[in-house]
Amino acid sequence: MKRFAALYDRLDGTTATNAKVAALVDYFSQAPAEDAAWAVSFLTGRRLKRLVNTRELREWTAEASGLGLWLIEESYEHVGDLAETMHLLLPPADSDDLSPGLAELVEQSIKPLRQLDDDARKQAIFRLWRQLGGTERFLLNKLLTGGFRVGVSKRLVTRALAEVAGVDSALMAHRLMGRWTPTARFYRQLLDSESDSDFEQSTPYPFYLASPLDEGPDALGNAADWQAEWKWDGIRAQIIRRGGQTWIWSRGEELMEGRFPEIEAAAEALPDGCVLDGEIMAWQNDRPLPFAVLQKRIGRKKPGPTTLKKAPLAFLAYDCLEWDGKDIREKPLQDRREALAEALAAAPGLLESGPVVFDHWDALPDLQAESRGRGVEGLMLKRLSSSYQVGRKRGDWWKWKVEPYTFDGVLIYAQPGHGRRSNLFTDYTFAVHDGEQLVPVAKAYSGLSQKEIDRLDRWIRNHTLERFGPVRSVEPTHVFELAFEGIAASPRHKSGIALRFPRIHRWREDLSIADADSLETLKALLEPGK
Amino acid sequence: MNEDLLTPDAGGLYCQAGDFWIDPLKPVPRAVITHAHADHARSGAGQYITARDGVPVLAHRVGQPEDLQALDYGEPIELGASRVTLFPAGHILGSATVRIEHDGQTWGVSGDFKRAPDPTCRGFEPFACDVWLSEVTFGLPVYRWPDTRQVMDDILDWWQGCIRDNRPAVLFCYALGKAQRILAELHGRIEAPVWLHGAMKPLTDCYREQGVAMLPARPVSEAPKGEKFGGSLVLAPPSAAGSPWIRRFPRHSSGFVSGWMRIRGNRRRRGYDRGFVLSDHADWPALINTVADMGAKRVITIHGNGEVLARHLHDQGLEAECWNLRQTLARPADNADSTPA
Ligand SMILES: [Zn+2]
Ligand SMILES: [Zn+2]
Repeated sequence: MKRFAALYDRLDGTTATNAKVAALVDYFSQAPAEDAAWAVSFLTGRRLKRLVNTRELREWTAEASGLGLWLIEESYEHVGDLAETMHLLLPPADSDDLSPGLAELVEQSIKPLRQLDDDARKQAIFRLWRQLGGTERFLLNKLLTGGFRVGVSKRLVTRALAEVAGVDSALMAHRLMGRWTPTARFYRQLLDSESDSDFEQSTPYPFYLASPLDEGPDALGNAADWQAEWKWDGIRAQIIRRGGQTWIWSRGEELMEGRFPEIEAAAEALPDGCVLDGEIMAWQNDRPLPFAVLQKRIGRKKPGPTTLKKAPLAFLAYDCLEWDGKDIREKPLQDRREALAEALAAAPGLLESGPVVFDHWDALPDLQAESRGRGVEGLMLKRLSSSYQVGRKRGDWWKWKVEPYTFDGVLIYAQPGHGRRSNLFTDYTFAVHDGEQLVPVAKAYSGLSQKEIDRLDRWIRNHTLERFGPVRSVEPTHVFELAFEGIAASPRHKSGIALRFPRIHRWREDLSIADADSLETLKALLEPGK
Repeated sequence: MNEDLLTPDAGGLYCQAGDFWIDPLKPVPRAVITHAHADHARSGAGQYITARDGVPVLAHRVGQPEDLQALDYGEPIELGASRVTLFPAGHILGSATVRIEHDGQTWGVSGDFKRAPDPTCRGFEPFACDVWLSEVTFGLPVYRWPDTRQVMDDILDWWQGCIRDNRPAVLFCYALGKAQRILAELHGRIEAPVWLHGAMKPLTDCYREQGVAMLPARPVSEAPKGEKFGGSLVLAPPSAAGSPWIRRFPRHSSGFVSGWMRIRGNRRRRGYDRGFVLSDHADWPALINTVADMGAKRVITIHGNGEVLARHLHDQGLEAECWNLRQTLARPADNADSTPA
């Protein structure tokens, strides 16, 4: 644990990417394999199942520190992070000489907590709090509360591991995909330059992500070198068909077992050794259903017949990454499209997201303008000669989204953000006019500069009308332009509408609240078929 | 029941018995100034009364006042019907707490204070009082300061790392008090070049002229053209962090010295590489211990978020309340960068 805490301090003590990678490389090349495996797991964002509830942790912190529970709550509100609050309030550790390794701590002390009864669990945690000091105790609290963020991306971890293993970053990214458990054996396999065939059959490929296109497409050169596709607003997913089995992975690297039975059934017809990339959409009569329909299926682990009927899905395939058991990601897009066509011929239950035909860049703006009517987000532009790359690499895949909708709303509520923004008011609620009233329509917390956030925070503190827990109502004064991607009727909301992806475009200091939009204007956007 | 000796007024405190104000923000006829920080000392008062050690720094901050009375610590004077004595507050050079005696009552007032040792100023001296008005900049139990020696070791380690990598070590800290305390703590522990942001030079000279031993330091403006500052320590006020000035120090590592750095989010939000927890204010245990050391039965919290401390003291059986002298001041998110902490 000392070694892992030292790594954490090094990562936390610099904002420079190279220094972070160097710290990771040092750690991964020196740490025992069983500890390093857990470090990979935590640093790439995996969490332990919640072992202790936070109410208990707060009460125990009060008891261990001799402070009233209300002081723990006040401190938590100020610090914004429970693990850190506990760490700052607990009395110093006895002595941290006998610190267990990371794997030992997780496997011998933390995971068994789940099997203990309340009293024994409390005693065990008190013992750990006395045993671990400094950063080690802070990290222990982080593991207990579930969250773990240290300002390194998965990409940096991948880069460092690739360097230690002496393999390409893309290969390491592939090895880190899919299902694995943090064991010494897994870690050794990860670093072994020869071991690829040993990885689980279910392992997906890292997704290739498109970059936003900020100018017109004609800057991309010769139109004949490019293929256009509709940009679907669904769940990006990979279908894997190997050894007579099917797996569906989401882009968030979640295995979607059993969630989409109709797609799994359609994929059974694919030949072995085939991996497709595409989008899961709510779909009926050859066209997309609103995203809200798809939402009914997200998080539903075993959908029943009614749900399947009410929210039918389809898989729209647009790439083939493995064919005939061979990784074909290096082949140009046009070749992969041929493999895709063959695969889909075998599995007619899966749909193809085919190319959108155009012969000149001039034709594209009109096509793009059709997006809303077709229920898509815009166009994708892919270079015909491009390989299937790893992550967000600029140059060959672009997304050209339609302009978002916008409206002007009035700030009426604010509450503190989370984590590093916990002592600033950064989560805002905006309202529009509804007759004499202002009715809330959107919550948003991104889009302002740090300077604006600071200024608004000060203003909020000085113009609070009422407090409801952490939420403050403020004098309706400031108008903001908000952007959003879609709108749907919603009986659950007071306004009767729900906006998709609302975010702040800019602070309209030139407008007064009378200039803000009305609910009527927003409702007018609720067209049928949206 | 006695009348209160002090009432909030003009952004500070007014004493009717002595007809004077303590740390007023607005111009008043007679001001007792606890120390020269901008949230306590303003220009425009008719008469200034302050601790002798603090005169040069105060004069630098508000201009040389025409009517200034310098008091030695512990030397009482009569003001109107009251008797006023200044005691060392341990906050910065020349900082004072104020004892007011009138009609059988004794009140103690802190501007800002700390209990940790500081080589640049006299340590805090408690005195008995009935009512204690305490600053509460860090009024939550999460604020507990590590040992100064440990923090200085951490700063030295970080600087040594920068020397190894031949990078500038840019350390942000408040220009009055903290910068000089760091230079004094480093004195005799290392010999390597130190540079000062221009805003820190006159105040540091003030300290030197009063005999405070500090590491030598030159203003950045005197550096030769093309100087890369590799391995040098550069002290700068937090306001310089986002300014073009910082471009003079390519590849630098940045640190911030402040009590606010006890909270990780405060550091990360500002993008500093390192945070060093060293404050010129009392931490939570020191705030509570000081109440006991003063023997006060009644505590009034001022300057900061005093509600939590007042409630805690109340739970401990003391009479405690919170006075809000300056509603807009002392929120960490508002002014952690601009207020000495
Ligand atoms: Zn001060
Ligand atoms: Zn102050």
